[in-house]
Amino acid sequence: MSDIAVSLKDLTLAYGDTVAVPDLNLDIHRGELIALLGPSGCGKTTTMRAIAGLMTPTAGQILIDNTDVTRVPPNKREVGLVFQSYALFPHLSGFENVAFGLRVRKTPEAEITRRVEAGLQLVGMAHLADRKPAELSGGQQQRLSLARSLVMKPKVLLLDEPLSNLDARLRLEMRTELQRLQRQTGITMVFVTHDQSEALALSDRIVLMKDGRIEQIGSPESLYNQPQSVFAADFVGYENIFAVLPSTTATPDRCTIKNPHGQLQLDYPVAADHIAWRPTGVVIGSGGHHGTVAAVAFAGQQREYVIDTDAGVIKADIDASVTPVAVGDTIRFDLPLSSARLITAQP
Amino acid sequence: MSQTWASRVILSLTLLFLIGPFFIIIFAGLSAGSTLSFPPDGLSLKWYLAVFSVESFRQSFMLSMLLAVFGTLTALLLGVPAAYAICRYKIPGAETIKLIVAAPIIVPGIIVGLALLRYLVVPLNFTVTLALFLAHTALVLPYAVRVVTATLENLRTDIEEAAILLGCTRLQAFTKAVLPNIKSGILAAFILGFVTSFNQVPVSLFLSGPGVRTLPIDMLAYMEITYDPSVAALSALLAFLSIAIVFIAEKTLGFSRYV
Repeated sequence: MSDIAVSLKDLTLAYGDTVAVPDLNLDIHRGELIALLGPSGCGKTTTMRAIAGLMTPTAGQILIDNTDVTRVPPNKREVGLVFQSYALFPHLSGFENVAFGLRVRKTPEAEITRRVEAGLQLVGMAHLADRKPAELSGGQQQRLSLARSLVMKPKVLLLDEPLSNLDARLRLEMRTELQRLQRQTGITMVFVTHDQSEALALSDRIVLMKDGRIEQIGSPESLYNQPQSVFAADFVGYENIFAVLPSTTATPDRCTIKNPHGQLQLDYPVAADHIAWRPTGVVIGSGGHHGTVAAVAFAGQQREYVIDTDAGVIKADIDASVTPVAVGDTIRFDLPLSSARLITAQP
Repeated sequence: MSQTWASRVILSLTLLFLIGPFFIIIFAGLSAGSTLSFPPDGLSLKWYLAVFSVESFRQSFMLSMLLAVFGTLTALLLGVPAAYAICRYKIPGAETIKLIVAAPIIVPGIIVGLALLRYLVVPLNFTVTLALFLAHTALVLPYAVRVVTATLENLRTDIEEAAILLGCTRLQAFTKAVLPNIKSGILAAFILGFVTSFNQVPVSLFLSGPGVRTLPIDMLAYMEITYDPSVAALSALLAFLSIAIVFIAEKTLGFSRYV
């Protein structure tokens, strides 16, 4: 039991009459780096704000280190939050930003100096301690904001879209940095993101949310390879998703799949409600289906094809070394069972 | 080409129209004669010095100063929380509140003065000084709310939440995270309020009593009896004071950002 850092029990969160999160149950393990993943409006940020105490639940409990903190005000919860826009104090230097919380807690001056310097060191910002936030780059502000939370030794550190305001290169750097900080400090980290690649790369465990409910929880590998629902499959990149029509007794070795745009015939039976392929799982140049190339985009390693078919567009990513097919040409493609993900609705 | 030339003429005439009277006042005050006239009757600094020896000017200057300082401070004490509430909370009828707060700017001063006289001083027996203080506070309040609101709107809201998560109470979050970041806006509001209050005529006109007059009113009264250049000299001095305050404010705060 003691390895649970945060426990949400039957948590209901509402804005007025609008319920954002109904009846959520979630255990976050100590020392874990966990992602709350989902599209905007799925309740992930609301859940994070509730853990921080910035939002009061309408029902349910929040436990931190096995203590009920549901009614504990945010300034007494010892929860850190790194804001999406960093929320540094513009009038204070880097050092004073990091020292802010310690000063509020009336920490002795010598200890403040020691802990702030250690904190700045930890995030590699010691040489910029005298700068005001406005004189720092986005990445540096991010580090400072991390240090400001970390020096307080929070029981949980919450991060709101930690990588979304950074450019591609910094994003990669910060991703590694966050994992290092997590290992080094052992602090439980919960981060909120709408970006599946960010969640997959960074976290030990992913909580995929939709409409305030948990759609799926699991390791990045399991979410990526075994999405349990159409929503999860779509979210992790299975862009070609079809419903499976029941096979008729006349043709037990084949089946029909459909989406809102039309139907396709498969030459093998499928025992599932839905079947989905990633663009990389679609084969072109062979197979029993025909389509017209609507668009081709070169993306380095591969070419991204958009193919018009009897069932709307199919997306296919083909190795760039394969000779490209011109837009407007008719091509053959295959939807093999080997690269398909079968999804059966949970009872 | 001719358009540029024409617009320059119009600009020059406009500036002359605006600034011209100011120069007339400066020179009228430099007169060596004993009546207010332009061009001045010879040149001397005697009227500029004479201003300081008029007892009633000294008294009314003190009253105007006290009104400007304490009226503005009180307006800020009320206006800063009001601005904060308008900016940060979804108050029902916030727009209406903004309009009511701005009313003293829109309603002619004469009406405000008459209303205060008729409904505060006469029936409630308020002293004239208290009525003046209330009137000046009310007049400055719109400026305080407006300038501080503008400053607050440029300040991100998440720093307060950040402060709270670092252990602050709501009040500490305001004093430690918000206040230091809006202090130049508050100072700008103070200067604007001070100048507005100090130069205020119509309201104070109604709220004057025996021995209780603000400086502009006292100058009016003085002119009715004594038509000498000292009033011109005093006007010029006051104008220089206002200009100096606003100039320093512009240099140190970038005052024009707030007004």
